[in-house]
Amino acid sequence: MKVLVAVKRAIDPNVKVRVKGDGSGVDLNGVKMALNPFCEIAVEEAIRLKEKGVVCEVVVVSVGTSAAQEQLRTALALGADRALLVETNAMLEPLNVAKYLSKVIDNEKPQLILFGKQAIDQENNQTGQMVAQLIGSGQATFASAISYADGRWVVEREVDGGSQVVALTAPAVVTCDLRLNEPRYASLPNIMKAKKKPLEVIAADGLGASVREHTRLLKVTPPPVRKAGINVSSVSELVEKLRNVAGLV
Amino acid sequence: MRTLVIAEHTGSQLTAGTLSAITAAIDLGFETDLLVMGGAEASDVAEQAALTKGLHRVLLAQDEMFEKTLAENVQPLITSLVGDTYTHVMADASSMGRNVLPRVAASLDVGMLSDVIKIVSADTFERPIYAGNAIATVQSIDSVKLLTLRASAFAQASSHQDRCEVTAVNGGRSASTVSFVSEQLTVSERPDLSSARVVVSGGRGMQSKANFALIERVADKLGGAVGASRAAVDAGFAPNDLQVGQTGKIVAPDLYIAAGISGAIQHLAGMSGSKVIVAINQDAEAPIAQVADYMLVADLFEALPALEQAL
Repeated sequence: MKVLVAVKRAIDPNVKVRVKGDGSGVDLNGVKMALNPFCEIAVEEAIRLKEKGVVCEVVVVSVGTSAAQEQLRTALALGADRALLVETNAMLEPLNVAKYLSKVIDNEKPQLILFGKQAIDQENNQTGQMVAQLIGSGQATFASAISYADGRWVVEREVDGGSQVVALTAPAVVTCDLRLNEPRYASLPNIMKAKKKPLEVIAADGLGASVREHTRLLKVTPPPVRKAGINVSSVSELVEKLRNVAGLV
Repeated sequence: MRTLVIAEHTGSQLTAGTLSAITAAIDLGFETDLLVMGGAEASDVAEQAALTKGLHRVLLAQDEMFEKTLAENVQPLITSLVGDTYTHVMADASSMGRNVLPRVAASLDVGMLSDVIKIVSADTFERPIYAGNAIATVQSIDSVKLLTLRASAFAQASSHQDRCEVTAVNGGRSASTVSFVSEQLTVSERPDLSSARVVVSGGRGMQSKANFALIERVADKLGGAVGASRAAVDAGFAPNDLQVGQTGKIVAPDLYIAAGISGAIQHLAGMSGSKVIVAINQDAEAPIAQVADYMLVADLFEALPALEQAL
């Protein structure tokens, strides 16, 4: 059985972004980039499924510029078997990414397609669900546990107010939440080995997906600045402030 | 121009997030219908929802297959309802809205905008990106605009006495690709985290699950909800549905008290829209101090009981 993991090159989660002065976007010049943390969890899960003998091949795929090869190599170093880059310089919208990925899925025929639940840059939380619709498969979003039993994927999901378990027939789309697992670190020998693993570059235009523009980014602004706060020296002073100044308690 | 709001309910009433989505929809200025889906209980919810101020019509889709609002079952229904009728489809950016709407978007071959915090015009919207460190103004050029809305950015719609029409609709399809197995919901007497007026949150500094009782007692004194940082959830101090942050709930209460929370970027993304922020932390240099209106540098094991006493 084969698992396909979609991964995204995104800003390092510990970087605080700066909005460009002209309002055209955030300044990514010289900013540290990484594998989107949720995608890292998806890769880790795929590798664990392979270690358990549930799947035999882990394929990672990314849609983006050639720079994303770096993140695909990271995924290979973590234990993925081979990588695919759908290369494009276009502005990427979730539906277009989903269309490219569904073409890749048609070719690869995986039994499980793993995603991170969202990318920490655009925070859309859409691509996995869109792919599931496009390929007509079931979806389990925000997964906190994945197992395979009696020919079905059994997934525990994090939902508002608690958790829910659903069972999906293959091929299934699962998007990974934070608590699914703790991703491993790539060892130096594995990083070296990853350089020799296959990484195929596919031109996005060659996939035959009918993509078009759906949204236009008009401007990006910094969030409103909060005014500076004050230090209080005791609990009684705090309560007095909340009572008198803010009228909250 | 016509708007469809996808309702979410608890089995007896609309969620606070749905009431916020209705406000956003009505502010947009078009005739607004509400779709209520569910099993046997849904008709009572629809009747009650029909009293919500500003609604034109309530559509009731009652069927066992809608009971758990599985995306695969409800998508065909929503897609067929949208047809040529609706130009805007909105839902709360809850786990249900996030799960279902992208599937509907793909079926309609349109894009979608997540977590909208402001409606600028019928096709232009504001949404936070990069953990709330930037606000994007985005224009949708599709014929149908699909949006999830951040509940904390919109007031909740109120009820009035004029009941609008309730119309039964059908058209779902029970998907063979997925089945519901079980669910486990956290039972709590406290107000819902996403809509509470006061939230008291604990972080890693609480040190244990037992110590979280200190947070709960302060929350109860204030009639507030309990929240937690990711560190506290991962350490098992609190269940994960109480997590506040980029990957958990986004809250904007009148008062947010953060105890033993350092204030990582990802946590701030979930609460920095709160009106008044209080931080109780032993570390005066903790990043939470940068957003706190009132910072108390103290041992929270002394400060929290003292706060409970003083309230």
